[in-house]
Amino acid sequence: MPPSVSAWAIHAEQEPALQAALAEPLRPRLSLRGKLAAVTGLVVLLAYPFVFNTPFAHHMMILIFLYALMAQAWNILAGYCGQISLGHAVFFGIGAYSSGFLFATYHISPWLGMLVGMVIAMAMALIIGIPTLRLRGHYFAIATLVIGESVQIVFQRWEFVGAASGVWLPIVRENPLLNFQFNESKIPYYFIALGFLVLVCLAVAYLERSKAGFYFRAIREEPEAASSLGINVSLYKVLAYMLSAAFMAMAGSFYAQYVLVIDPETVFPLTLSILVLLIAVMGGVGTLWGPIIGAAVLVPLSEATRIYFGGTGGTVDLMIYGGLIVLICVFRPSGVFGLFKDWHLGHLFRKDKTHEHA
Amino acid sequence: MTREIIIQAIISGLLMGFVYALIAAGLSLIFGLMEIVNFAHGEFMMMSMFSAFWFWALFGIDPLYSLPVGALLLALMGLATHYGIIRHILRASMLAQICATFGLAIFLRALAQFLWTPDFRTIQHPLVEGRVDIMGIFLGLPQIVASAGCLLGFTALFLFITRTETGLALQATAQDREAASLMGIPTDRMYALGWMIGSACVGVAGVLLTTFYFVFPEVGFQFALIAYVAVALGGFGSILGALFAGLLIGLLESVGGVLFDPSYKLLVIFALYLVVVFFRPQGLFGRF
Repeated sequence: MPPSVSAWAIHAEQEPALQAALAEPLRPRLSLRGKLAAVTGLVVLLAYPFVFNTPFAHHMMILIFLYALMAQAWNILAGYCGQISLGHAVFFGIGAYSSGFLFATYHISPWLGMLVGMVIAMAMALIIGIPTLRLRGHYFAIATLVIGESVQIVFQRWEFVGAASGVWLPIVRENPLLNFQFNESKIPYYFIALGFLVLVCLAVAYLERSKAGFYFRAIREEPEAASSLGINVSLYKVLAYMLSAAFMAMAGSFYAQYVLVIDPETVFPLTLSILVLLIAVMGGVGTLWGPIIGAAVLVPLSEATRIYFGGTGGTVDLMIYGGLIVLICVFRPSGVFGLFKDWHLGHLFRKDKTHEHA
Repeated sequence: MTREIIIQAIISGLLMGFVYALIAAGLSLIFGLMEIVNFAHGEFMMMSMFSAFWFWALFGIDPLYSLPVGALLLALMGLATHYGIIRHILRASMLAQICATFGLAIFLRALAQFLWTPDFRTIQHPLVEGRVDIMGIFLGLPQIVASAGCLLGFTALFLFITRTETGLALQATAQDREAASLMGIPTDRMYALGWMIGSACVGVAGVLLTTFYFVFPEVGFQFALIAYVAVALGGFGSILGALFAGLLIGLLESVGGVLFDPSYKLLVIFALYLVVVFFRPQGLFGRF
């Protein structure tokens, strides 16, 4: 008779090392050095806008936060769940248009408009996702590409939302916090963007350790195996898509309030979807820090080349980025953060359980 | 909406369809061999268009004469891509595969914009210009020549694939890589050949397009998008499917532009892609 499962369970209970490993919480504990690094980082971020008190310095960090936010949203779907979307700008645009249009036409608070935008984006993700997430990787990627282009075309012709001219948000001077519009300085925008980014990163960190997060990664690696284990693959794919869409819409609403002008070419273009992908992949797709690293590298690079070469920067930044992506995909698909992991730099900041037992 | 206009739309749509067919055939060939979608296909075409343009602008050589050079350049580009990039990602994750060719596309597009600015360029007074009047239907001569050229190119490709030994070896590798290599067909060389031929196809189409289309760094994207739809419709891996789908799309685009708003004609094509991919994911013709 084959040994029963309970026999193996008894063995497990008698194994102290195994027990210890099972009891270990999934959250890595930071060493003293790690805690110090985290606090320093936080202090630096909070102090930055007051130390570098120029609008440009603020603007650059806001852009970094915004792009990191978008890349993190894309990362949820592509990095953790493995579905490559090439048309993610759709949700950014939906968020921008929802809050922008509601604010411009009905003077509804942009915070409410943002929530509305997130709901609409999630609904769209549901509608798009259910049929398309059934498709294999390449087909899904092209389908998102096609849908992205289609939505842009539709918005360019849709008179209700201003067609090609887009939506021009009114400048409102009273109640800056309620109306999500700060005319004096960019610093409030800085902290709001930082807050959004921290929020999304906390959500992703929580996702990483949650049941849904493990399901996502199972779906990414081996969908058939995951399905055979009882994971509802379609449901979790669509959930990832909806979550990702909601965060993109959040970024879009912020953008609308920051720039005060939105039109289809700015908020729906393929170039935006590409940028989001580039940032996430370069930084390290499927990791929490990847999008942040990617944004922290791309935005200063873009600005520097823009200043150096003039105009649109002569697209030097895109050339470098395209080339880097190719190199990364060929040699190290785990991105910059993968390098960080491979060189075991993480041990500098983490409390290592095995060393403590030795 | 007179009958002449509809017939005009149908014929010019079919003419354009042959161009789409050749572009799609190259893409389909590559995917059929190694299951990699070349997201840089449009940018390859853009490069061939620029090569034809510069041959004309700097040396005064008409695109029809610089066609072999353009095709050769593209074949070399395809070869370089295979050995430089594709060979390393054949066993990588789908994300790596998609992003690698995508990154190449972005790099090429940015490079073109950096070197040659985003300005639109045209070729003035090509060798073949003007239009003909066939029973009330006006057709541009460059379009007819381009279409004929693409049809010739496609026929050559088809004959090569089905009648020559190397072509049959390509088919074998596409159908079953291991069995083919057991028969002595070197897989890596077949892949390289596939990339060369696929890129040469798109190079021919691009050079022929310069006789009547604008040349600018973004031009590749528009045609690539149509090529993806054509390949999905015809069936990834099927050359004949690419022909049929290319013609159908050319037709739909032209007639749709006449019946509906011209700015919506892309939507018609995209809707077609989505419908095909849901209801018949393997396309109309499946494999070769």
